[in-house]
Amino acid sequence: MSIAAAPAAAAILPGRGGIGGALSDAFWRSPKLLLFLMLTPPLLWLGVIYLGSLFALLLQSFFSIDEFSGLVVREFTLKTYGELLRPSNLDIIVRTVTMAGLVTIASAIIAFPIAYFAARYARGRWKAVFYLGVMLPLWSSYLVKVYAWKLILAKEGILTWVFEKLHLTFLIDGWLALPVVGGNSLSVSPTGTFLVFVYVWLPFMILPVQAALERVPGNLLEASADLGASPSQTFRNVLLPLALPGVIAGSIFTFSLTLGDYIIPQIVGTSHLFIGMAVYAHQGTAGNIPLAAAFTVVPVVIMGIYLWLAKRAGAFNAL
Amino acid sequence: MPYAVSFQQVSRHFGSVRAVDAVDLEIEPGEFFAMLGPSGSGKTTCLRLIAGFEQPTSGHIEIFGETAEGVPPYRRNVNTVFQDYALFPHLNVADNVAYGLMIRGVGKAERTREAEAALEMVKLPGYGARKPGQLSGGQRQRVALARALVNKPKVLLLDEPLGALDLKLREQMQEELKVLQKALGITFVFVTHDQGEALSMADRIAVFNDGRIMQTGTPEEIYRRPKTRFVADFVGSSNVLSPQLTEKLAGVAEWSSLRPEDIRLVTDGGHEATVTGTSFLGSATRLTLDVAGEKINVLLPSGTRVPAQGEGVRFSWNSDALHLMGAKA
Repeated sequence: MSIAAAPAAAAILPGRGGIGGALSDAFWRSPKLLLFLMLTPPLLWLGVIYLGSLFALLLQSFFSIDEFSGLVVREFTLKTYGELLRPSNLDIIVRTVTMAGLVTIASAIIAFPIAYFAARYARGRWKAVFYLGVMLPLWSSYLVKVYAWKLILAKEGILTWVFEKLHLTFLIDGWLALPVVGGNSLSVSPTGTFLVFVYVWLPFMILPVQAALERVPGNLLEASADLGASPSQTFRNVLLPLALPGVIAGSIFTFSLTLGDYIIPQIVGTSHLFIGMAVYAHQGTAGNIPLAAAFTVVPVVIMGIYLWLAKRAGAFNAL
Repeated sequence: MPYAVSFQQVSRHFGSVRAVDAVDLEIEPGEFFAMLGPSGSGKTTCLRLIAGFEQPTSGHIEIFGETAEGVPPYRRNVNTVFQDYALFPHLNVADNVAYGLMIRGVGKAERTREAEAALEMVKLPGYGARKPGQLSGGQRQRVALARALVNKPKVLLLDEPLGALDLKLREQMQEELKVLQKALGITFVFVTHDQGEALSMADRIAVFNDGRIMQTGTPEEIYRRPKTRFVADFVGSSNVLSPQLTEKLAGVAEWSSLRPEDIRLVTDGGHEATVTGTSFLGSATRLTLDVAGEKINVLLPSGTRVPAQGEGVRFSWNSDALHLMGAKA
């Protein structure tokens, strides 16, 4: 037969030779070695530098500052945390958390239809347009975008101009006259801060929601309709529960990014402080590292509580 | 009494593709109806037209005498068992089964009771607390069935529900489905590409090809008296004989169909042929014969002598086994 006539090939091929060949064989025999080598550097980074500095921060927050000399007293005390509860500081925390909550809710509401379109209907070119549209704003500088918004929202800005042309100026004036949310102009009102926050963090909500919706098989929606559910019932009972992990993932971004940001409220908004601004002020000019550290711990604790509540509410059941 | 489902000249086109092309169809109430055909023949699209997931491009559909086109799926008292089950992964088995009842606002206690009864019917009592991910393929299939049946639909649609199961389980489910259908008296419309499944389960079968119905009839009719070459070949892989060969063997110049199991080897008389191949099938042996340049398959019952390849044999058949299909089948 012709196959037998060909030069006999070995059943087992010889080793490839060289360091590469030896390494390939060694890694094939013990895959865990490869895993170990790949994971060690990032774990060292994460464990030592990242978690280490977090721990150092936590440690700092239990120190206090000597009011007379302005030096840090390296003794464990809860005095600094007590200072957080002073009305002026508590005010900052409540303001920041409220803003972060509202920004998160608004982002989720705006992001869902966009993500739904991208996951269910966009194909080929439209998918590319979606990704480009969502990502493009992330490519330009954050500062440029925020200053651009300051101009858009300013009293002489484009938004006022548009409302004026539409003879709707009374709407802006009415809104600005409201207590708490209002101000002299949109660019120096909490409303302005809110709008810019939503704009800047929106992609971080859209992308995880879109990824979650993409994983929902279309026939589940058909099955729901088949069993008598109207589109809104299907949304509540099938789509939303299955997309919830994505919404939670997105809300972790929008919520924590808003909690920690100190630039947006400084450029667009009132002179009232947010947590990030307070941290910035205390660790810088004031030199009160312990209080700055204590302020930083607040978002960490709030996020922990938030995730715990989300888990208890079953947000991760579909994972 | 109106038909359970009736199609009048129904077409569904996707761009230039005619998935369903001018189909007329009548399904009797309480019938176990099978739509049989190769993939892409339009049978699943017909099912989706009944369920309401697709709307006809033209034509008229009635479900129990009521116009169905333009009516969304959630307003049709029709339920579907999906090919890959489509169980809700975030709900446990009981909540999956009770989904339709929950949507209709049935109270929690009654829902639980009915879901458990439905699970018992499909022989999965006590599985309510599990998640779909923890079940085997066969169990998921049963849950999907319970989830549809608990709503007591007027028509139950089954889209190749047994396709993903292994042979043993499939045969068992075929039997159970048949028993269930007779007990409940619900109209079942069953889509399959497996002719054996269709023949063994259905009261009537519609054979689909290229978006059209080739033939509708009882399994017996479809099997014994195929109207076209396609039906003869697709259902039970019959021998399709050309008009020339038919004229030679039976004296009529028409296309004909001759079932492999209806042919026997004889020592005297009959017709001459040469054996070109044999394959052992377990319960029988299949011979491939060459008859005047055309291939004819013969099923030999086990225990008979199997002629060798190249051997000359003589074959014959019972006079009514050769089924004529006309000159242009």
